[in-house]
Amino acid sequence: MASSVERLLPSEEARELLGLTREIADAELAPAAAAAEHEGVFPREALRKLGRAGLLSLPYDPAYGGGGQPYEVYLQVLEELSYAWLTIGISVSVHSLACFPLAEYGTDAQRQRWLADLLGGEQLGAYCLSEPQSGSDAAGLQTRAVRDGEDYVVTGTKAWITHGGVADFYNLLVRTSGDGPRGISCLLAPGQLAGMSFGEPERKMGAKGSRTAQVILDGVRVPAERRLGQEGQGFSIALAALDAGRLGIAACAVGLAQSALDFAASYATQREQFGRPIGSFQGIQFLLADMATAVSAARALYLEAARRKDAGLPFSVEAAKAKLFATDAAMRVTTDAVQVLGGYGYVEDFPVERYLREAKVLQIVEGTNQIQRMVIGRALTG
Amino acid sequence: MKIVVLVKFVPDATAARAFGADHTTDRVGVDGLLSELDEYAVEQALQVIEAAGEGEITYVTMGPENAGAALRKALSMGGDQAVHVLDDALHGTDALGTSLVLAKVLEKLEYDLVVAGMASTDGGMSVVPVMLAERLGLPAATFASTLSVADGKATIRRDGDLASETVEVTLPALVSVTDQTGEARYPSFKGIMAAKKKPVTTYTLADLGVAPDQVGLGGAATEVVEVTARPPRQAGVKVNDEGDGGVKLAEFLASQKFI
Ligand SMILES: Cc1cc2nc3c(=O)[nH]c(=O)nc-3n(C[C@H](O)[C@H](O)[C@H](O)COP(=O)(O)OP(=O)(O)OC[C@H]3O[C@@H](n4cnc5c(N)ncnc54)[C@H](O)[C@@H]3O)c2cc1C
Repeated sequence: MASSVERLLPSEEARELLGLTREIADAELAPAAAAAEHEGVFPREALRKLGRAGLLSLPYDPAYGGGGQPYEVYLQVLEELSYAWLTIGISVSVHSLACFPLAEYGTDAQRQRWLADLLGGEQLGAYCLSEPQSGSDAAGLQTRAVRDGEDYVVTGTKAWITHGGVADFYNLLVRTSGDGPRGISCLLAPGQLAGMSFGEPERKMGAKGSRTAQVILDGVRVPAERRLGQEGQGFSIALAALDAGRLGIAACAVGLAQSALDFAASYATQREQFGRPIGSFQGIQFLLADMATAVSAARALYLEAARRKDAGLPFSVEAAKAKLFATDAAMRVTTDAVQVLGGYGYVEDFPVERYLREAKVLQIVEGTNQIQRMVIGRALTG
Repeated sequence: MKIVVLVKFVPDATAARAFGADHTTDRVGVDGLLSELDEYAVEQALQVIEAAGEGEITYVTMGPENAGAALRKALSMGGDQAVHVLDDALHGTDALGTSLVLAKVLEKLEYDLVVAGMASTDGGMSVVPVMLAERLGLPAATFASTLSVADGKATIRRDGDLASETVEVTLPALVSVTDQTGEARYPSFKGIMAAKKKPVTTYTLADLGVAPDQVGLGGAATEVVEVTARPPRQAGVKVNDEGDGGVKLAEFLASQKFI
């Protein structure tokens, strides 16, 4: 099913961009999603096509090959990609997140050297913050980076890394001194350094096409010139990246939820019970109405946060609200979509049980929804 | 290396198609797009230029106002400029007339190679490229499933039912390519924006020195006498497998003289 969301877009350029996105999503992504998710195949080729079409670097500076798009537009592209295939939306969002530290905190010299390659469309990035022992309490990370001459020698294990083993570059959040958030630094490591290895891909309940694996660092020498920002600035870089990343996850959630809603609504007009379409029963209509309202509200919330970001206003709390609301909405909407299909919703012949499994991960990544509530709550209470 | 690619704007095959009272395909009131088979020609031309490391591509189309969309699509995939032959008198022009008009356009352009698709997805005659080559006195290598250009020659492989031929033509030459040449690229986001700034020249018949009575329905050497809708598909024969499915299938195929 092709997305039919009517969008208010700020420019002719944005309309063309959304048109191109839908064309590729309809022809390349949606038809391939179910089989690849069933088999757990990472869609590297599809991502390469998106890269060549210029869709992997949308929110970045055109001077370095980026698409120069505001978040308001980039996120709607992400929503359309996720509508067709969530795994692709996650990949694009994580790749954008992985370009953020260099684009925002790199020196001019560092950007000149590496940014065009990161944004060129052929490479994929990873963002390595979580560790087996430190998830929500990310500042408790233990991976050590010890300065030795011109290099940092890095040892530790990064967990749950999206694109682990398939990425071309890795942002490593590492401990360069002491304890707590002020001892953390950010290194931009190329893939395939000596001493770097990867765990078996995690066997997940959903988004199985998305690659998630540990990144194991055993005395990996990363040149010190690849440190982004100052020593000790890593944690604030990580948090700033996550603020933007959370908007990405919110947009992914809205795309997924819209997909579930559209499928359920169309099914309800076709399935007959008691001699009429189930969509004619108020019980089903009210379910669909609540789903549709949740999707619209979630979209409005992420767009509001995006517009604040584009306008240069603080948006971190709004991003947390959008991520919280959109991913909770996606969970509820996909669960209700299964309900609308009844038994047919519970089997792989229809996509909605997959949507339900996929929605769950969005409540966990880039800060669990408890952590989002913490961010919002702290802002309210100081 | 200068390449001209012939492209056609055709009605969307997935949408409803209609014919006018004069039995011509309705091209004005319908959703249309760059003929998919021409996308392969665009792709091949882009690859030839990329392999050569230099060169330029000009797209040429003949068609109504909205045929400009086919040129924009091609330009968004790559290439440099386009020519649109636009004239009300062209309505109903047949293949012979089309080749005349295209020949007049090509006489105004510089080119080493002309690339066309194997057929249009609406008319499907496959004759325009060779008619054009004949008018221009160019060697033509048609139905290419591969194309490479080097040392002033274009080399193609043509896969027939019985044999694959390798055909070499000396440039300037015309080549038509099939859907076996390889998937066409998507335009890039930047390509779409850049295409808006690429020049498109419009020619009328007068610009080309073609008299209105040489083209259009009046100038056509062929006439479509009747258009009949294909009858709706009948339900097929259902074979229930009760252990003898294979035999029944074979009997059916034999009765239809397939085996
Ligand atoms: C598919 C997938 C992809 C991922 N990709 C990446 C990636 O690319 N890069 C990366 O760095 N990480 C990634 N992660 C890791 C993800 O960010 C963490 O899983 C997440 O931050 C939660 O950490 P945890 O799993 O250790 O859970 P824990 O932190 O152990 O949390 C367990 C539970 O306790 C709750 N909790 C914890 N602290 C509090 C508190 N103070 N108040 C209330 N509740 C609390 C949590 O909300 C949660 O419900 C990914 C995870 C998954 C599943």
